[in-house]
Amino acid sequence: MHMTGITTGAVCVYPNRVAECKKALKELQATEIPIASVATGFPTGQVPLKTRIEEIELAVMDGASEIDIVINRQYALQGNWQGVYDEVQRMKVACGDAQMKTIIAAGDLGTMANVYKASMVCMMAGADFIKTSTGKESVNATLPIGLVMVRAIRKYHQMTGFKVGFKPAGGIRSAKDACTWMSLMKEELGDDWLNAQLFRIGASGLLTDIERQIFHHVTGRYAAGYEMPMS
Amino acid sequence: MAGEHRNENALVDIFKNMPYGPAPEADNVVKAWINDHGGSFGHFINNEWIKPEGRKTYQTKNPSTGQVLATTIQGEETDVDQAVSASRKAYDSWSKTPGHIRARHLYSIARHIQKHMRLMSVVESMDNGKTFRESRDCDVPIVVRHFYHHAGWAQLMDTEMRGWKSIGVVGAIVPWNFPLMLLTWKLAPALAMGNTVVLKPATYTRLSALLLAEICAEAGLPPGVFNVVTGNGAMGSQLATHPDVDKVAFTGSTEVGQKLRRAVAGTGKKLSLELGGKSPVVVFESADLDSAVEGIVDAIWFNQGQVCSAGSKILVQEPVKDQLIMKLKDRLKHLRVGDSLDKTMDMAAIVDESQKKSIEEYVQHARGEGAEVYQATGCFPESGCFYPPTLITNVQTVSKVVREEIFGPVAVLLPFRTAKEAISLANNTNYGLAGSVWTENIGLALEVSLNIKAGTVWVNCHNLFDAAAGFGGYKESGYGRDGGKEGLFEYTRPSWEERLRPEVGEIDYKTFGSTVQQRPTMGNAPITEIPVDGIKMPGIDRTYKMYYGGAQKRPDAPYSRAIYGADGQVFGHVGEGNRKDVRNAVEVAHNAAPGWGKRAAHNRAQIVYYMAENLEIRRNEFAERICKLTGGKLGEGLEEVDLAIHRLFHWGAYCDKYGGTIQETTLYGATMKIHEPVGVIGMACPDEYPLLGFVSLFAPAVIRGNCVVIVPSEKHPLLALDLYQIFDTSDLPGGVVNILTGDRDHITKYLTEHQDIQSMWYFGSAEGSKFVEYTSAVNVKRTWVSYGYKRNWPDREEGQGEEFLYQSVQCKNIWVPMGDIFAN
Repeated sequence: MHMTGITTGAVCVYPNRVAECKKALKELQATEIPIASVATGFPTGQVPLKTRIEEIELAVMDGASEIDIVINRQYALQGNWQGVYDEVQRMKVACGDAQMKTIIAAGDLGTMANVYKASMVCMMAGADFIKTSTGKESVNATLPIGLVMVRAIRKYHQMTGFKVGFKPAGGIRSAKDACTWMSLMKEELGDDWLNAQLFRIGASGLLTDIERQIFHHVTGRYAAGYEMPMS
Repeated sequence: MAGEHRNENALVDIFKNMPYGPAPEADNVVKAWINDHGGSFGHFINNEWIKPEGRKTYQTKNPSTGQVLATTIQGEETDVDQAVSASRKAYDSWSKTPGHIRARHLYSIARHIQKHMRLMSVVESMDNGKTFRESRDCDVPIVVRHFYHHAGWAQLMDTEMRGWKSIGVVGAIVPWNFPLMLLTWKLAPALAMGNTVVLKPATYTRLSALLLAEICAEAGLPPGVFNVVTGNGAMGSQLATHPDVDKVAFTGSTEVGQKLRRAVAGTGKKLSLELGGKSPVVVFESADLDSAVEGIVDAIWFNQGQVCSAGSKILVQEPVKDQLIMKLKDRLKHLRVGDSLDKTMDMAAIVDESQKKSIEEYVQHARGEGAEVYQATGCFPESGCFYPPTLITNVQTVSKVVREEIFGPVAVLLPFRTAKEAISLANNTNYGLAGSVWTENIGLALEVSLNIKAGTVWVNCHNLFDAAAGFGGYKESGYGRDGGKEGLFEYTRPSWEERLRPEVGEIDYKTFGSTVQQRPTMGNAPITEIPVDGIKMPGIDRTYKMYYGGAQKRPDAPYSRAIYGADGQVFGHVGEGNRKDVRNAVEVAHNAAPGWGKRAAHNRAQIVYYMAENLEIRRNEFAERICKLTGGKLGEGLEEVDLAIHRLFHWGAYCDKYGGTIQETTLYGATMKIHEPVGVIGMACPDEYPLLGFVSLFAPAVIRGNCVVIVPSEKHPLLALDLYQIFDTSDLPGGVVNILTGDRDHITKYLTEHQDIQSMWYFGSAEGSKFVEYTSAVNVKRTWVSYGYKRNWPDREEGQGEEFLYQSVQCKNIWVPMGDIFAN
């Protein structure tokens, strides 16, 4: 496996742990692994815009190269898409060179039409990735939501030529789930979207199951969960 | 270690290229099952395997691999006799088995199929060539659902089907595209309603039917209730025409359906036909195009397009035409074609080389016409019987590929501009099985769905099936429904009715109904003299004309027919209708039909009640007229008039109470069954009960929105002609009821031969009944004939039973899915 050079896509932490994380990765000689930080009043975004912007700037300053922001759900539900756009655009400026992932919090948006609109507005405002959810909503990464979002990505690509990445988050816990999401990407967007540059899965509990499935593939026996190191 | 190294390289490659790996389903259990039978199968009769000596055999192959799977036998007539006689014997007890017990049997079958689901799915995929993904997730679950659903109908027959009873032995003939599913669509309702079944599966695909028979026996179904005989098409005809088969249930091509219609004409057998299609997929600019693309995949590439309801004619609104084509081509590039047991495949094999060849010829023909043929796939096998998914553009409405059913993975695409144009294009076909409408505008979706002349219309989806919704066609797609309560009528007859077995010899279909018009008769002409001021004046001559388009019309060729009273004297003359009168009447009936069908039901009811009101004013006059013509007593005449009035009220009441129901399918959404008018119905009335018979026939048809061209009692037509004054004073729009007088069989011939008559009701001789059924085959019109039986018209069941409603409507199921709301 080591020959494949496969690593996690990024390590995702709250802003006040970015500096610590950077230090740890350096000690592990894994500086190539990007640090992502959720910012902008994660998960609700219910803090003033000024604070949200500062949070991004601080995380970037501490060494985060990817920022996961949340959109203003109040604006989205009011149909104030211009407001959503303006905020996301300012956040993109605050990110500087860091990649910006925009969490649309699909579970809060009520309709698939809103999911599509939020996806489009975020991409227009400069999102490098669009992401389903914070993981804290009642509904997170479901396949229908994912389908609507990746079709928005496809449309945006057809219109502008820009490839925007996709990150489902919340509720993806098994290797089988991961395969299903990968086939969604492969079928709807193609093989270009099957790498870390354009596809991430936000899941803290997934790694153990992937390791268990690889164990089965190699030995023909199913591993117990406790046999795998905790992640 | 070298080996490990190679593996690691392979792993690196996989991560780099992210290909699909193979995901084969094991075939070992199927092979073991075939081995249990020594690789060769006989018939399954009386819960036993029967292998008569000296039969030819047929090798069934796996279309994906070309490998021989097993040998089956080609049955002969004596085998059919054996199966039918087993079925007949079993019918004696099965038909008397209480509904609850039959329900337990059907429930047990459903359970046993579930126990063997995997085996059934693998058999089906290996024998037919369809993807395992489909046989596992579609065919077999639908089969299970069908048995559960119909176990319920068996349980409820006494209450929900009051007034109906079983028919007898059903001969079921099914095709190869959904071998198990389509046989189940016949078997489950037939058994639920107390019939027994002899099934002939299609030649290419016999294994799953034989497996099911074995499973039914395991489930405890009594011997003889379900029998399977294998054989060629000729054996199918032997089954259909066997005197002890009371009903033929067929799914297959229109051509074979027509042959069956002719073969059983005049025998008193019931027949239901589920035939071909060229179903439109109408995509509006208001559609979610990405969803439409996936819907089109389900519409035309499901089961390699070998689906009677395949959405093979894509109609797209011009503003989004290029976009849709671009998206479809993009989608085709990663449709995966391959082995039917590989679970990663979107499409698998075509059933047989001959079918593939036929598809190739169609596509070649389109190329020859200058059409653009697009074929691309994500993967395609090097060998085996496969055909790539195909999209044909730049075609015309006259192109063969636009008009004919290809029965393969080939879609044609045509543009349209307005909804009206889309409807015209959708209906510009001899078929009427299904269609789908794609738009996010629910009002538009419903309006277009109601205007597409087809038995099933899916909104924003295609090819969904469920036991609770009937499936079947309009026009040359056949008649009868599989599934739903509407499907039960195909396996029942009114309780009062016994099957007739008329003895009709050969009929010369060319000369039947030919007539020589009458000449003047002297001597017994009616003499009416009216004394005025002491002077005897001849009465004013009354010339009865025919009545169509809301006006009195002279016959096209003015010949007259003398009508005699009970005293043998000429009572009057009526016009002698001919071919051209039929032509004219059908034309005006069609002009009236759309408006009449759209009228509010309340309004139709008012008109019918008004007729009753106006008839009652002339009660005595009509009664006297009846007596003079038929020779009955005045009391009898009055009774007939009163019954006619009663009947008008009965059907007037039904105007707004038979529109349809919501079907409880597995869809998340609403499945609406609409009872639509059949169209223009031709009718030939019986001689007896000249007023009541006439009213009993036209009224149920008219209240359900049909227009009729009706031949009144040949002997006593005057009562019907007297009614046209009542029609005129009751605000009945012109063209709804059209009356042609003359020779019943002569006019019947031209009505039945008319391609734009949707159904023919004939209450005359056994010969005429045979003629009507035989002749109806050409455009697969519905028929309702008396086989010479004289109905007891005053009787409530015989004269105004539920069958009149059944005959007056055709069922359309509209599927409207939901799914906009989620989460908070």
